[in-house]
Amino acid sequence: MKLAVVVQRYGHAINGGAELHARYIAERLARHAQVEVLTSCATDYITWRNDLPEGLEQLNGVTIRRFRVKHERDPEAFGRLQDRVFDETHSIADEIDWLDAEGPTSPALIDHIARHAGDHDFWIFFSYRYYHAYYGSRAAGPRAVLVPTAERDETIGLSIFAPMFRSVRALMYNSPEERLMIQSVSGNESVPGVVVGVGSDVPQNPQPARFRAKYNLRGPFAIYVGRIDENKGCPELFEFFQGYAKSTQGRLTLVLVGNSVLPIPKHPRIRHFGFLDDADKFDAMAAADLLIMPSYYESLSMVTLEAWALGKPALVNAKCDVLKAQCIRSNAGLYYESFAEFVEALSALERQRWLSVSLGRNGRQFFRDHYDWSVIERKYLDMFDRLRKEPAAARTEHDPGWLDRRRETIPPAREVLAKLPKGPALGSAGVSSNAGDPGRKRA
Amino acid sequence: MADFTVRSDAVNVEQIMEQIRARIREKRGVDYTEEQIRELAAVKLQKFLDPRGVRSDLLEQFRKTQPPYEPPQLPNFAFEDSTLFESHRGPLRFIRRLLRPILKLFFNPNPLIQALHIQSKVNTMLAEREARLEASRRSTESLYYELIHNLVLETTRLGIEVKNLTMRVESLSSRQDFNERRARALESAVVYKGSQGSVGSAGAQGSLGSGSLGSPGSPGSVGSAGSAGSAGSAVSGAAGAPGGQMQPPTPGAGEGPGQRSRRRRRRRGRRSGPPAAVVMGGTGSPAAPAAPAAPHAQSTTAETVQQAIAVESHSTEPAPAAPVSQPSVDAAPPPAPPREPDSQ
Repeated sequence: MKLAVVVQRYGHAINGGAELHARYIAERLARHAQVEVLTSCATDYITWRNDLPEGLEQLNGVTIRRFRVKHERDPEAFGRLQDRVFDETHSIADEIDWLDAEGPTSPALIDHIARHAGDHDFWIFFSYRYYHAYYGSRAAGPRAVLVPTAERDETIGLSIFAPMFRSVRALMYNSPEERLMIQSVSGNESVPGVVVGVGSDVPQNPQPARFRAKYNLRGPFAIYVGRIDENKGCPELFEFFQGYAKSTQGRLTLVLVGNSVLPIPKHPRIRHFGFLDDADKFDAMAAADLLIMPSYYESLSMVTLEAWALGKPALVNAKCDVLKAQCIRSNAGLYYESFAEFVEALSALERQRWLSVSLGRNGRQFFRDHYDWSVIERKYLDMFDRLRKEPAAARTEHDPGWLDRRRETIPPAREVLAKLPKGPALGSAGVSSNAGDPGRKRA
Repeated sequence: MADFTVRSDAVNVEQIMEQIRARIREKRGVDYTEEQIRELAAVKLQKFLDPRGVRSDLLEQFRKTQPPYEPPQLPNFAFEDSTLFESHRGPLRFIRRLLRPILKLFFNPNPLIQALHIQSKVNTMLAEREARLEASRRSTESLYYELIHNLVLETTRLGIEVKNLTMRVESLSSRQDFNERRARALESAVVYKGSQGSVGSAGAQGSLGSGSLGSPGSPGSVGSAGSAGSAGSAVSGAAGAPGGQMQPPTPGAGEGPGQRSRRRRRRRGRRSGPPAAVVMGGTGSPAAPAAPAAPHAQSTTAETVQQAIAVESHSTEPAPAAPVSQPSVDAAPPPAPPREPDSQ
């Protein structure tokens, strides 16, 4: 079997959620099939500057084919277009312009896909919101499989993506919430789909003591791993944690791991260690008492899964449906919606050892049941088998004409988003028809 | 943080979060979620402004000061270089154009045309500026309106919160009062029970009131012991009330015949019991075992019984002098009274 993975950025040093997801999947599927990765020469997701050379290279046994980005992102023009499509009644042409401004605009990549569509059994596109997925899935035709990595933000309300969700051959969702959201916005229930997610290479024997000694860290601590960014809810985390430190007798320290684009408050119980390599990161997570995930927008949160794999409980932001639902399904984490809930939940996790241990144990089991690599690989391979057996449905949707594309009748994306169902997709909607889906489980 | 009431082998995150929220509600009274706050903020001002309530005319005043704005249709004359020579009649327009060079021999119309043209432009600019200023003023006023809206909203919330807090404070102060009373009563009860234990071992329960409250260092002062005994029973009765385990000492009213007879027997035993010093293990007569005391109790005189009845009818008052002078109390071993509940 020959597979192609198409993703906006790819490389060892690229740690974006979807990009890492794509790399893990490509490397794992390479054990079962011939895998080629097609990506851009960019490493920066804001400018899409061509930092890497065009052409072929190898990484961990996977062939990577890089294509140049035609133009860098103009932040001003992109911001203006984004305001228009998110907040105003607009046209399809506006959305197409927005997509082009967002990048990474690489017509060479799309041409290559169109010319070699038949060379691969399936083309797996990551991240629905980018240029490569929109045009690439059309070029690949009935061989396109989409891993949307969709979050609950305004982009999902753009009208150009609904036909894409309906016309790809299959979708590999990250969570039942993501599937429900995409089905609501596009009505693609007839398209084969399965909730898969992604595994992680968590070390079997992390060294928490080594981490504590190396960074001179004593006492209990909660850890946050990821980019320290406003979009990740970090300012709220800082505010809440300082309030917690002031209002309770707890001894927890907050340890931050990751590059920061925000000023970090100077507080004796907040420590920032910057970007750590995988070994240190996993040692730190193993040494921590719990993981805090304050992000509002997550389609899966690999870090949370890794914490669970290490038997650590999580405290997550309940405003993110996916995180909250994962906690409820796994019974491995608490969630907060307000400062009071943050304080009480963190206090409970700090002071009640049995609770912390029980949640951690549930998390480890949840990870084993649903996110172990054998489970993930099996779901992908089963889906490919199914797609090979089932005939591809003929594409019935036609592109709008010149006039239709310019008709300003598309509602603002924010309005569309507001109408989508909210909350965890528990119950029947949350359980996939496919075996092995992460349905609700109670320890 | 109180322990959660779930077993560790069956952790249910939703249940734990419910308990956490219940704790928060308990601590803070009404707890608004973010969504509830947003809903409150989205409610129209009119709903909050009760015409019978505070600032009932706020909305009306605002409306009065905001008549519907119609941009005035000011006349303006667009003046161009050809305006002077225009006409709706074609031939006339043609003739004027032909004769324009001749006209210019008599005077120069260009400055006039320019002046009127500039005036026309100035008029247009002023009208536009006026419209912009009006729009700006209206947007500022709508901001004020929104501000007042939010202030009213916040005031309403604060009012609700103050009400909740007031109720909580009242509840807490009443609970505190109750707890103080209970603590006092329990302290008395502890002393009472402790003394009873020592009396039980001495076989002289009848004088435990005096044992607990009277001065132990006065051997032979039976009178003081008896009066203290009355006080002691009163205190113990009061102590029982809040705890819900002990009955208040309401002599006569509401008592059954059994209780009355028990009380009578207790008085009898108290009068015939040893002095307080003995009960408290002082230097008086050594305590005798309870068993031998029983026959002696049977031999109490009729006079003593009558006096006991008289005392019973004034249980909260100091005991009369007559029982005090009972000579047999000191010498004789104390009687064994019937067993009664501790609270009595």
